[in-house]
Amino acid sequence: MDLCTPLSHEVLMLRAGDRVTLSGLVYTARDEAHIKMIEEGIPFDPHGAVIYHCGPVIQDGHIIAAGPTTSARMNSLSGFLIEKGVRALVGKGGMGRQVADQLKGRGVYLAFTGGCAALAASRMTLKGVYFEDLGMAEAVWAIELDRLPLVVGIDAAGNDLFEGVNRNAQSQFRKRFQAKKEMPA
Amino acid sequence: MIVSSDPALIDAITNATLEAFRQAQITLPPDVITALTNARERETSEIAKGELSNIIANLDMARSRSVPICQDTGVPIVYVTIPPDIPFTRDIYEAISAGVRQATKEIPLRPNVVDPLTRENSGDNTGVGMPAIHAKPGDRCTITVLPKGAGAENMSRIAMLLPSERDQIVKFVVETMLLAGGRPCPPVILGVGIGSTFDGVAALAKEALLGPIDCMTPFEEELLAAVNSLGIGPMGLGGNTTALAVKVRTGGCHTASLPVAVNVQCWACRRATVEVSY
Repeated sequence: MDLCTPLSHEVLMLRAGDRVTLSGLVYTARDEAHIKMIEEGIPFDPHGAVIYHCGPVIQDGHIIAAGPTTSARMNSLSGFLIEKGVRALVGKGGMGRQVADQLKGRGVYLAFTGGCAALAASRMTLKGVYFEDLGMAEAVWAIELDRLPLVVGIDAAGNDLFEGVNRNAQSQFRKRFQAKKEMPA
Repeated sequence: MIVSSDPALIDAITNATLEAFRQAQITLPPDVITALTNARERETSEIAKGELSNIIANLDMARSRSVPICQDTGVPIVYVTIPPDIPFTRDIYEAISAGVRQATKEIPLRPNVVDPLTRENSGDNTGVGMPAIHAKPGDRCTITVLPKGAGAENMSRIAMLLPSERDQIVKFVVETMLLAGGRPCPPVILGVGIGSTFDGVAALAKEALLGPIDCMTPFEEELLAAVNSLGIGPMGLGGNTTALAVKVRTGGCHTASLPVAVNVQCWACRRATVEVSY
């Protein structure tokens, strides 16, 4: 499915594991920007908005490199955004159960391939900036995307692809190593 | 005998350092590209294939735009070989640091190096003991760089096992990957150090990452199969390729010790060697 911002009810139909593209305006935010938004308010219209966990490299008004950062750092900082109408969070590595619950019936988590900074930059146009005083990596950059390829990591029904993979890895590990422990020395 | 403070030699070392970083940041070594391409062929899940396709498209894009592969351009790790005709002095270290500063400005690299406690950023990727320089004698003067991103480095582990726990080595390596999950940007390459001392084993694990990943010993293959059985897959989204390779380096150790270290490397295994012409 090709998604375009602002997002609406269409995100509720997505299922964890779906491959989608995303076009339109997104806003970057890392730890510092989340804290500042909680204290001072959201500087853009949050209805149907998309947050991208990213600290880009910007040079002369152009995006040089803009891969995703680890989303889990924002696990305890994302609830207010979802409550105000944000429909999607984009990043890498997945988020916790708390965020999966907050997204229920409201929005989705979309995973972008970690390290793909050049690919991302080639699909982006810089549109503006908020909180520039936070520095390049932590500022909120308004970026227009052109069909960024993403995977639905957490859907609006609470299904979490990362959680499933992790559970399977745990059980594979136990099968391989913990059975041996039981054996008499 | 050359004088190591000779401005021409200093310049040559600085330029070789800059050139090695440029190569490493913009293109991956052929063995890593081949491993990523083969992994895409092997994967059966569409999601895993898609992640690897993004990675391969990203490599093409970085090369054609001459920009870094990843925005985390890492901390500078440098291995230098000193031939018999160059005296081993502080000037060599300073020439390498100058190369790092130049690389930061020109490529450009993200300034990542900070004071560990004040967190103040030097702005040029140098600091106390940074770049991390490892010097060894050699036939020629070469500069090898291994810029290391934090996502994968942070997942690395060390253990002081008992000599009777040799069978725990595989478990420790696999457990390191289990704890890391999707966070170090898999498919990873694991550098494993076995033996030496507490500090030495970590250095061995990192040096293991310098080796080509298209040839592995039977023990390395066994470790790789065990890691891949976890099914974490590219970016932690599930799949057959959790690791592209496992590389092991060993060193002599105390009869009462069995140090083991695992240095996790993301798929962007950036390494390059440039010979210093002087």
